[in-house]
Amino acid sequence: MFKLWATIKKDVRILLRDRVGISLMFIMPVILVVIVTNVQNSTFQLMDKNRLPILICNKDAGQSSQQLITSLDKIGMFKVSQTPKDRNDRQFADDMEKADAMLGIVIPGNFSDRVNTKAKSAANKALTSFGLQGDSLKKRVGGADQLTLFYNPVLQESMRLSIKGALQSALQMVESRQTLKTLYFSINEKSLPDSLENEMLNNRTTINEVPVSKDGTRKVPNATQHNVPAWTIFAMFFVIMSLGSSVVKEKVSGSFIRLKTLPTNYLVGLFSKQITYMGVTILQAAVIFSMGIWLFPLIGLPSLNIPDITALVVATLFCGWCAVSYAICVGVFADTQEQANGFGAISIVILCCIGGLMIPTFAMQGFVKMIANLSPLHWCLEAYYTLFLEGGKLKDILPNLGLIFGITLVIQFITWLGLKRKNLI
Amino acid sequence: MALKDNLAIDVTDMGFSYPDNPEVSFSNFNLKIEKGERFGLFGPNGAGKTTLMNLMTGLLQVDHGRITLLGHDVGNQDKSVNKLFGFVPQDFSFYQELTPAENLEFFGAWSGLGPKKIKKRTKELLNILGLEDVRNKQVLKFSGGMKRRVNLAIGVIHSPAVLFLDEPTVGVDVQTRHAIIDYLRELNSRGTTLIYTSHQLTEAEDLCEQVALMDNAKIITLGNIHTLLNKHNNGSLEDLFINLTGKEYRD
Repeated sequence: MFKLWATIKKDVRILLRDRVGISLMFIMPVILVVIVTNVQNSTFQLMDKNRLPILICNKDAGQSSQQLITSLDKIGMFKVSQTPKDRNDRQFADDMEKADAMLGIVIPGNFSDRVNTKAKSAANKALTSFGLQGDSLKKRVGGADQLTLFYNPVLQESMRLSIKGALQSALQMVESRQTLKTLYFSINEKSLPDSLENEMLNNRTTINEVPVSKDGTRKVPNATQHNVPAWTIFAMFFVIMSLGSSVVKEKVSGSFIRLKTLPTNYLVGLFSKQITYMGVTILQAAVIFSMGIWLFPLIGLPSLNIPDITALVVATLFCGWCAVSYAICVGVFADTQEQANGFGAISIVILCCIGGLMIPTFAMQGFVKMIANLSPLHWCLEAYYTLFLEGGKLKDILPNLGLIFGITLVIQFITWLGLKRKNLI
Repeated sequence: MALKDNLAIDVTDMGFSYPDNPEVSFSNFNLKIEKGERFGLFGPNGAGKTTLMNLMTGLLQVDHGRITLLGHDVGNQDKSVNKLFGFVPQDFSFYQELTPAENLEFFGAWSGLGPKKIKKRTKELLNILGLEDVRNKQVLKFSGGMKRRVNLAIGVIHSPAVLFLDEPTVGVDVQTRHAIIDYLRELNSRGTTLIYTSHQLTEAEDLCEQVALMDNAKIITLGNIHTLLNKHNNGSLEDLFINLTGKEYRD
């Protein structure tokens, strides 16, 4: 026991004197968490609070186009501004850039006419189907009214799809209003009363959004709840930059020759490194979670809600142990520090990508989704998300912990084989 | 012939070769070193001195034959024999980020000592080797001579019965060399067997009683240093060395 204690003291001393290693393990992940959470929070706010700037070139003089612009404004998603009607496509694109607008809509000159024609056609068909005689429609209804949507290429497809959905909704509103008015006029020979128009068009069924959680709470997940757990896992696995090269350094340095001549098995040394660096991973998690709780609100980010503390500690221990085991394994197989650092860093980024930290695994398909299951980071993330986003308890993450434990045992076994093969134990 | 009980090292019919370097190949190699000797192992580069030392300390495993150290088989899995010897490699074999005291604490623990014994030995060794004033400074900042003394201190922290020294004074100034050689003599006078390799033949002449000259993984001459010099009509160990191994480059 004294040997282990002396070895832990040695490892802690060396670690504390390695300023570059400490900054890689603590400062870099902290910066990463703050930046990524900030960026994602801004994206959420862009859609939620900030309103997306949209520029409209209305070439139409009728009422329908005005109604469309009003509807777009009422959606609450866009900050609407207009540009003169005589702009061509090139000029309009320049106007968008000047106005810093991510989106632009050009409403064609015959927009209101087309909406009216379409409404009359729909009303006639409705009257005919009721057995009433509608006005004969001389004008042929053309194809769908064409609005042109310009967008900045930086807008992601998912965001473009939601914008198109909002635009379709506004358009539907305008067309429905016009159809209703036409139909009412055809039957009653007078205009549709405002009260009835409001009742029929504006009193729409609302959608109640409910996040599904295991603890029955209705907390809405935010950028902090998503990012802090994910990047904490990344930070824990990034100990490879210090631990992997520490193992190689010890192996290739003269001290290892002496260690092999001493009456102590090198496994004591590796066991000490596991304990020391597990302490580091727990400290990393504590620092990043503390930032989420206390620092984030001060810099305008949502505060982190800590889930069931027992489950969180157990999950962190399992994730930390897995991360440390992986780092030691790489260190045992690498022959130089450059190999350990290069392979270590790249492999963590790859495991991070396929593990769902950068792209959600539900968005992955087929083979890639299957590969994701091999990444220990994936199971760590699943465990953390069950706690942080779904309000789960220890029993809810036991299957995930079992898989992390299994992967860790496999890594440890591979490490043992490497130690034997290289005659290190 | 030496009695078995009186032997520090007994290499019997030992065979060894590197899988990827058959040039250094030991075959039916025999060597006996008595307890309390100051034994020098010399030879040109590539003669097999370091390989032999690695075999005697268990860093390499023999292909056949047997090596015993104070009657115990070397290379046993339980490593119990490793408590009986100390090793001072040619390379600095410690953690440069740590202080001398911290290095001694760690290596003392791995040598099987308890905390009290480590504390006592650390104080003694730092005093004897002139490192007391720098006991809490990182070894990283030390001169070559100071690092050599730290290297030696770690090798003897557990007061081993047999001490292997691979070029313990390489790259140090005259003062440090004298201090190290004096300390080794003192250890030997208290019963420690010294097994020593060096290219500093004048220093070897000064320290060693028994010498073995090696070439091509074979012992070409072995015995008391003065007897050998007389036998071969050479005035110094260096002359004897050149006479027996030639003047050609070896590496």
